[in-house]
Amino acid sequence: MIEQPKNFGFGEDETMLRDSAKKFFSDHCSADKIHRQVAGNPDIHRNIECIWDKGLWQQITELGWTAACVPEAAGGIGMPLVAALALAEEAGRAAFPSPLISTFNTTFVLRECYSAAANDVLAEIAGGKPMSLAITNQQGSWEPTDTDVNIDNGQLNGNAWFVQDARKAEGLVVSARSAAGVGLYYVATDADGVTIAADGIIDLTRDQAHISFAGVTAIEVAAPGTGDTALAHALPAIQAVIAADMVGAGEWLLQTTVEYTNTRVQFDRPLGFFQAVKHPLVNVMLDIDRAKSLAYSAACAIDSDPERQEWANTVKLAHMAKANASDMAVFASSRAVQFHGGIGFTWECYVHLFFKRQMHNQMLFGDAKYHRAILADMLIGQAA
Amino acid sequence: MADADRKDTQEQAEFRAYCRDWLDSNKPGQPPVRIPLGALELSDPAALQWLQVWQKSAFDAGLVGCDYPVEAGGGGRNNCQTIANQEMQRAKTPFFPNIIGLGMAAPTVLFHAQEDTKNALLPRLFSGEDIWCQGFSEPGAGSDLANQQTFAEKRGDSWVINGHKVWTSLAHFANWMILLCRTDKTDKYNGLSYFVVPIQTAIGKGVTVRPLIKLTGETGFNEVIFEDLVVEDKYRLDAVGAGWKVAMTTLSHERGAGQLVTPSAGGMTQENTKGANTSSPSALIELAKTSYRNGKTAADDPLLRDEIIKIMIRQEAFRQNQRRALVPALIDHPMRIPLQNKLIGTEFNQDLAEIAYDIQGAASSLYLNDDNALGGGEWQLAYMNSFGVTIAAGANEVQRNILGERVLGMPKSK
Ligand SMILES: Cc1cc2nc3c(=O)[nH]c(=O)nc-3n(C[C@H](O)[C@H](O)[C@H](O)COP(=O)(O)OP(=O)(O)OC[C@H]3O[C@@H](n4cnc5c(N)ncnc54)[C@H](O)[C@@H]3O)c2cc1C
Repeated sequence: MIEQPKNFGFGEDETMLRDSAKKFFSDHCSADKIHRQVAGNPDIHRNIECIWDKGLWQQITELGWTAACVPEAAGGIGMPLVAALALAEEAGRAAFPSPLISTFNTTFVLRECYSAAANDVLAEIAGGKPMSLAITNQQGSWEPTDTDVNIDNGQLNGNAWFVQDARKAEGLVVSARSAAGVGLYYVATDADGVTIAADGIIDLTRDQAHISFAGVTAIEVAAPGTGDTALAHALPAIQAVIAADMVGAGEWLLQTTVEYTNTRVQFDRPLGFFQAVKHPLVNVMLDIDRAKSLAYSAACAIDSDPERQEWANTVKLAHMAKANASDMAVFASSRAVQFHGGIGFTWECYVHLFFKRQMHNQMLFGDAKYHRAILADMLIGQAA
Repeated sequence: MADADRKDTQEQAEFRAYCRDWLDSNKPGQPPVRIPLGALELSDPAALQWLQVWQKSAFDAGLVGCDYPVEAGGGGRNNCQTIANQEMQRAKTPFFPNIIGLGMAAPTVLFHAQEDTKNALLPRLFSGEDIWCQGFSEPGAGSDLANQQTFAEKRGDSWVINGHKVWTSLAHFANWMILLCRTDKTDKYNGLSYFVVPIQTAIGKGVTVRPLIKLTGETGFNEVIFEDLVVEDKYRLDAVGAGWKVAMTTLSHERGAGQLVTPSAGGMTQENTKGANTSSPSALIELAKTSYRNGKTAADDPLLRDEIIKIMIRQEAFRQNQRRALVPALIDHPMRIPLQNKLIGTEFNQDLAEIAYDIQGAASSLYLNDDNALGGGEWQLAYMNSFGVTIAAGANEVQRNILGERVLGMPKSK
């Protein structure tokens, strides 16, 4: 058995990076500020907007966040995945509107491509270029082999759906099929033939789009027949990092709700006195802790096993992390709204920012039931 | 990364190798009698005796009390009990019978007893020659533990004790009791004091032990009545009136959140019974593959599959929580994970056994006294017994209060 570090590989460097992220978010991204930034217009039929602060993105790239998990050979810092989890956790806690998670996810995929072209793109990520993955079909399948894009003579044709932070990204890694199987391709978002159609989404801290590719010239980063494997190898990292975002957002929801119920007085007592309030909030805490432990253990398993000798265990931990985090995200959000009472039901209360981010996160790359069904096949065996 | 983050310390590594070696050649074979699920279910003296022999051999080999001072019979090591526990689990040994002694009495005695008392009591506690019980609960003092009515009155140099304890596990076998009682009727919390009491020698002379039968049909806990029992002052722990503080040492260790790691062994599967290992999800999967519901294999039922996976996720998360609890950079509050352990562990076992009930369909009606019962009927027994621990050691509702109040800082519900 591979010996894993007792501290999940979360050492001094990772702690410093995380603490600087905490400081960054408390300086620049109070819930009040984010709310003023992204929640200006409650109209359900509002124009679809893509609101983010590019100045802040500039600052975090200077702090090395996008370079953190890019391998040194590709011009990055080469930190372990647990570092990205810590950043994602803080970003979630701040409901930070940015392409950070989608850039991380793109990094994880490119790290599994082992091509010179992939390394060139990784170098651009290290330099601060925001990226995203265009790998999902119209049916919303999370399977690496499913894509509605074809590649023929070096040109992409077709559509990718549910692309995260598409309008913030400057480059896309696209999965596309040819006779030889699924490959991965890099295109700039402003390349000829790329049309980005924004989706109207609930989450105010993100943007999402479907993208059509009409004869787009693309750079191959993983050859046909190898792209789905690269994606499959990156999925555990992607699942863990989204789980970490949910853990951070969950903790914000928990602490904010605790604070509210500690101060709001009804029946001559703070609401938090009542066990019908206190006990579910404790349950939220238990759920957050489970998700956090599973997410870091999955990331640590990935970091400790570059040869994938114990891959089944890694895959298991990542599915468990995402499953647990998804259920937690829904539960933490629902209790936060409920225990804020009438104010929690308003647009004015910041809770909805996190509620909506959690509801978006919980389905991304598969909800809890999806992951548990896969785990059942892995751990119990296929059903007859 | 520092080596210490990755590996055992040198002392731990050497000790681990030693434990592994010793267990290889000294792990007990199959027991001659049925061993129950845990020490709290012990009612057969023959089972107790067999387990006492095992505990003594582990103590003599240095696997029990590893981190306690040498003068008190311990090993004088640093953070080695964890290692011994891991290795005993790995070797799938029987459990230790003196569970209350090891988990609750030992740390309390170590931190609060007078020097001579400590050094006289702990070696026999570690070896399992003495069995300990806990006299905290009373008819009127359950969750509200401080509502103690048992009274100790100072007469000359000694104390005279009168009162009524209930639910006292293992009192039918115990030589010693940790006793919380009242020495001052005017102050609820500061009127409590704490003693260690030799009860077995006093049976019929001031102490009566009466077994209570549990809903499973087993015995295991008792009521204990004190009538003018005389106890020497050297058996008082800490100051008169400091009983509540001493009790907190006991309770934090009971909840797995104390300073010292409790020596614990386990994992043995008994081959001469059909008994299933009812704390293991893999045994649950085995059960699902061999159980039928409506003519189909339970393991193919999509709803049951989902329940099995949910509980396996909880088990893995519990394991990873323990790992994360040791990484200060990844925890928000030092007690946040330790204080969850009792709650999470007991609800895990309860829910696991409940799923086993579902899996068995019609066969879940069969009990230990039926040869056709799946897994020897042990899952059904485990389900019923699981309520013992969701109630005992601070009911889980009280645990949730504690977590809400101490960790989240919510208003006290007292
Ligand atoms: C198997 C077993 C072994 C035991 N062994 C020992 C032993 O060795 N020594 C010993 O001293 N004691 C022992 N006990 C006793 C145990 O500590 C008490 O049963 C426990 O503290 C609860 O007290 P109670 O039974 O009086 O229940 P009560 O205090 O009357 O509570 C009944 C129920 O009410 C709920 N409740 C209580 N308080 C609250 C609250 N504040 N908020 C919300 N809900 C609440 C809980 O659901 C609880 O289960 C044992 C109990 C069991 C079941």
